[in-house]
Amino acid sequence: MRNVDVVIIGGGPAGLASAIELYKKGVTDILILEREKKPGGILRQCIHDGFGLTRFGETLSGPEYASRFVHQAEELGISCMTDTTVLEVTKDKKVYASSAKEGFVEIQAKAVVLAMGCRERTRGAISIPGTRPAGIYTAGVAQAYINLRNEMVGKEVVILGSGDIGMIMARRMTLEGAHVIGVFELQPYASGLPRNIEQCLNDYHIPLYLSHSVTDIRGKDRLESVVISEMDEHLQPIPGTEKEYPCDTLILSVGLIPENELTWGAGAKEDPGTKGASVDESYQTTVPGIFSAGNVLHVHDLVDFVSMEAEALADCAVRYVREGNLPECKLAVKGDELVSQLVPARISGTSDVTVSFRVKKPLKGCTVEICQGDKVVKKQKFPKALPAEMIQMKLKAEQLNEQDDLEVRVVC
Amino acid sequence: MERFDVIVIGAGVVGSAVARELARYRLNSCVLEKELDVACGNSSRNTGMLHAGFTYKPGSLKAECAVEGNKEFDQVAKELGVPFKRTGKLVVGFTEHDRENILKYKVIGEKNGVEGMRMIDKEEIEKIDPNAGGEFAMYVPSSGILDPMAYTIALAENACMNGVKFHFGEKVVKIDRPDSEDGDYRIHTEENEYATRWVINCAGMYAPEISEMLGYPNYPTKGFKGEYYVLDKKAGKYLSIPVYPAPNDKGGFSTHATPTVDGNVLVGPDSYVTEDREDYKVTKSHLDGLFADGSRMFKQMKREYFIRNFAGIRWKRYNPETGEILDFLLESDDAHPHTVNLVGIESPGITCALPLARRAVARLVAKENPQKNETFNPVRPAPKRFYDMTREEQREAVEKNPLYGEIVCRCETVTKAEILSAIHNPLGVHTVTGIKNRTRATMGRCQGGYCETRITDMIEEELGVKPEDVRYSKKDSYMFTGRVRDAK
Repeated sequence: MRNVDVVIIGGGPAGLASAIELYKKGVTDILILEREKKPGGILRQCIHDGFGLTRFGETLSGPEYASRFVHQAEELGISCMTDTTVLEVTKDKKVYASSAKEGFVEIQAKAVVLAMGCRERTRGAISIPGTRPAGIYTAGVAQAYINLRNEMVGKEVVILGSGDIGMIMARRMTLEGAHVIGVFELQPYASGLPRNIEQCLNDYHIPLYLSHSVTDIRGKDRLESVVISEMDEHLQPIPGTEKEYPCDTLILSVGLIPENELTWGAGAKEDPGTKGASVDESYQTTVPGIFSAGNVLHVHDLVDFVSMEAEALADCAVRYVREGNLPECKLAVKGDELVSQLVPARISGTSDVTVSFRVKKPLKGCTVEICQGDKVVKKQKFPKALPAEMIQMKLKAEQLNEQDDLEVRVVC
Repeated sequence: MERFDVIVIGAGVVGSAVARELARYRLNSCVLEKELDVACGNSSRNTGMLHAGFTYKPGSLKAECAVEGNKEFDQVAKELGVPFKRTGKLVVGFTEHDRENILKYKVIGEKNGVEGMRMIDKEEIEKIDPNAGGEFAMYVPSSGILDPMAYTIALAENACMNGVKFHFGEKVVKIDRPDSEDGDYRIHTEENEYATRWVINCAGMYAPEISEMLGYPNYPTKGFKGEYYVLDKKAGKYLSIPVYPAPNDKGGFSTHATPTVDGNVLVGPDSYVTEDREDYKVTKSHLDGLFADGSRMFKQMKREYFIRNFAGIRWKRYNPETGEILDFLLESDDAHPHTVNLVGIESPGITCALPLARRAVARLVAKENPQKNETFNPVRPAPKRFYDMTREEQREAVEKNPLYGEIVCRCETVTKAEILSAIHNPLGVHTVTGIKNRTRATMGRCQGGYCETRITDMIEEELGVKPEDVRYSKKDSYMFTGRVRDAK
C-alpha cells in the first residue's frame, strides 16, 4: 500500500484546480486519479467558447481552459495517473483503483478530494413513454460522439430540455448540417443560461418551446418520430395538444446529477437539496478528511466557479493535512422555500464562508438576506434571479456569531 | 443451398434450449433467428423468475414442466454458468378474499408437487424481508431468480460450442413441405433458402404462422402485455425476495416486486391485451399504475430509483369460444412428418425451456434414433466478472491480464477484458445490446452515458466496421449516419 498526503479523484476542472492550489500551498505529496486517457474532464469535448470569463477575464474553449490547468500541473510536476478508475474509497481514506497501465492500485491517503463531476439524467430516469429505437442520446453522449470521435449521430433532430449542453448541441448539430426542429422544455422557463438561448438558438433560428415535452417515442429500429404535447401548470400533458414530429434523433438535456457513488461508499451523508455530499464551510463531507468540490458537490453553470470552489477547498485541505482537523461546524445553513441547492450545510461561525444557492423559479427584483437569529448578516438586491444561474455570496468571519444557525431568505 | 438435419426456428429461450438438447446427438442442426441475437423477444422481457409451479392446472404441460424445470435448475445454472439464486417467494395478501385465492393455489401447488409452501403471518413476513408488503403471505421456498438473457445466451453458446449453428437476421417467410416421406423441407427466409429433414417450431409469438406454414392450424393466440420499471441497485439493497400479490380469480398475478440476481429491483408487469406482437412501447398511464401497485409490494419504492423501463408480452393460446387460456402446445404427428410444433409457449417459459426442449427432441429421437454425440460437453463456463470478484481476485486478474484493469462501464464495473470477450462471442453477435446483455455494460444508473461511446469504439476497432454499420439492436438500428468530417 502506497502512502500519499492527498488523493484527488478526478482530473477535470475541480480536481486540477484543487491539485494546483494544494501544491502551491506546500502540500506536494499529491496524486490525481483520472479514468480517461487524458486529464481535462468534460471540458475536452466542450469545443465551444465562453469558458474563463470570470476566472481569466477572457473567453476560451473548453480544451483551452482545461489546458491552462493541465500545463500548470505538469510544470509543477503533479502526478496524475490516467486511465485509472477508482473502485472504492473507505472511511479511513484507503483508495482502491484499477488501471490497465498501473495495475491494481491501493493507496492510503491523509485526505481525499472528491472531484468526480456529474452525469446526465437519462430517459429511464424521467420515464419518457414510447418504444426503444436507436437514435436517442443524452446531449453529452452526442457531444462526445461528434466532437471526440468524429461520428455524426443523426440528421433530423429534436432536443428535449433546455439545459446548456442541449442548446449547445442544437447549434453544434446545425453547424454540422443537421436540421434541428426545436428545443422543447417542460418548465415554463429555460433551464440553461440566457446567453446560450441567444447564441445557440436565436442566432440560428432554432425555436425554443417552453411548457412542452415529449409524450411518445415512435420507431422500431431507428427513431422515426416523437410526439410533443403542451404541458399544464402541473407539468402534465394537455390532451389534444399532441403533435408528431418526424425525426431520426432525439437529444436529451434534462438535467445533471452529481456522480457520488464513491462518496456514499465512503460513508459520507447526502445533502438532499444538492444530491451531492453534505459539506461544511471547509468543503469537508461528514467523513473527516474527505472533501468534495465542483459538480460532484453541486451542479454549476460555469466552470470558472468550479475551479474557484476547488481552490477554496484546497485551502481547507491544506489545513487538515497540516493540523489534523478543521473548525467544528455546529451551525446549520438553511434556506427558505425559494432557495435550492444550498452549499455548505454547516458552518462554524468563526471563518469566512461562501454561500452558494439557486432560486427555485425565475424572480424579478428580489432581495437575498442572509441572517443569523435576528441579525441580517448580508443583504443583496438582484434585479432578476434565474434557476439557471448560481448565486454566490461571501460572508466574513467577523460578521458571524457562533450561536445561531444561518438562514438564506429570498424576499420579493 | 445449405442443408441440415434439423432446423430450429427461433432463438428465444426455448429455441436455444432445443438447440442445446439437439447437440447431444450427432445431428447437423441450425437455428434460424429473425433478429440479430438470441433472446430479442420475450425471453428477455420478463421477471427472470424460476417459477415453482403452483398456479398451473394439475396435469398440464405447464405444471409438469415448471416443477421439473424448477427442481433441476441448481444443476443447470452450475453447468451453464448462469447467475441464479433460490430466493423463495412471498405471495402476499391483504384481504380475506386474497387469502382464499392464495389457499386455492396452495392446494393446486401441492397437487403439482410443489414442496414446502406454507402460510405465514405479518411478523414472519417482516422477519423474511421488512420491506415486503402484505398482511399475511404464502412462503414458497423453491422459487428463484435468474438472469433470463444470460440463461438464453448460455444455452445457445453451449449448443454452439457443441456444433449447432446459429444464423441471425434470417426471418422465415415460407416453408415448402416435402412431397414424400423422405424428402426435405425447404425453408425460405428473406435472404436465403435452406433444406432440412426436420423442423422444430420455437418461434414464440410468431409460432402460429410457422405452425400454419408446416401444415398445422394457425392457432388463435393473443398478447397480454405488461410494463416494468427497473430500479437502481440502491433499491436492491432493500429487497431480498420476490413479493407477489395474491393471484386474482383467474390465477393471474399483477404487478410484483422482484430483486434481480444483479442487485436491481423489477417492478411489474401489469397486464393488458395487445394484438400487436411488436408492441413493446411503454405508456405513461401504465407506468403510473406500476408505481402505485408496486408500492404495495415493496415499501421502498421511490421515483428517484427509476433507471429504465420496458414491456413484455405473454403471447397466449386461447379458446376463441370460451376465452379460456390454453396450455402450452407441443405436438408432432405423422400427418406432418419430421416436425415438432411448439405454440403458446409463454410464462413460465423460462422455467420450462429445458423440459420442453427434452420433450421436443425426444419426438425426433423416437423416430430417427440418431447416434449420441460422444463429445457433447454440457458445461459452459460462466464469463468471469470483475464486479463479482473480491479485491484480492481483482488484483490477481489485473496482474494476469492488464485488460481487467481498464474499467469501461463504471456503474457496473465492467472491464475491457469482459467487453472484448463479449465482442468476440461464439455466436458472432455484434450489436451494442448484445454486448450489454453479455456483460451488463450500460445497464447501470448512467445507462451508457460513460461507456457506450467506448463500446462502439471497440466494436468498430475489433471488428473493423465503419461507424454507419454499427447496430444498436435491430437490423436498421444504426447509431451513426457517418463521419462528421472526412479524415484526411
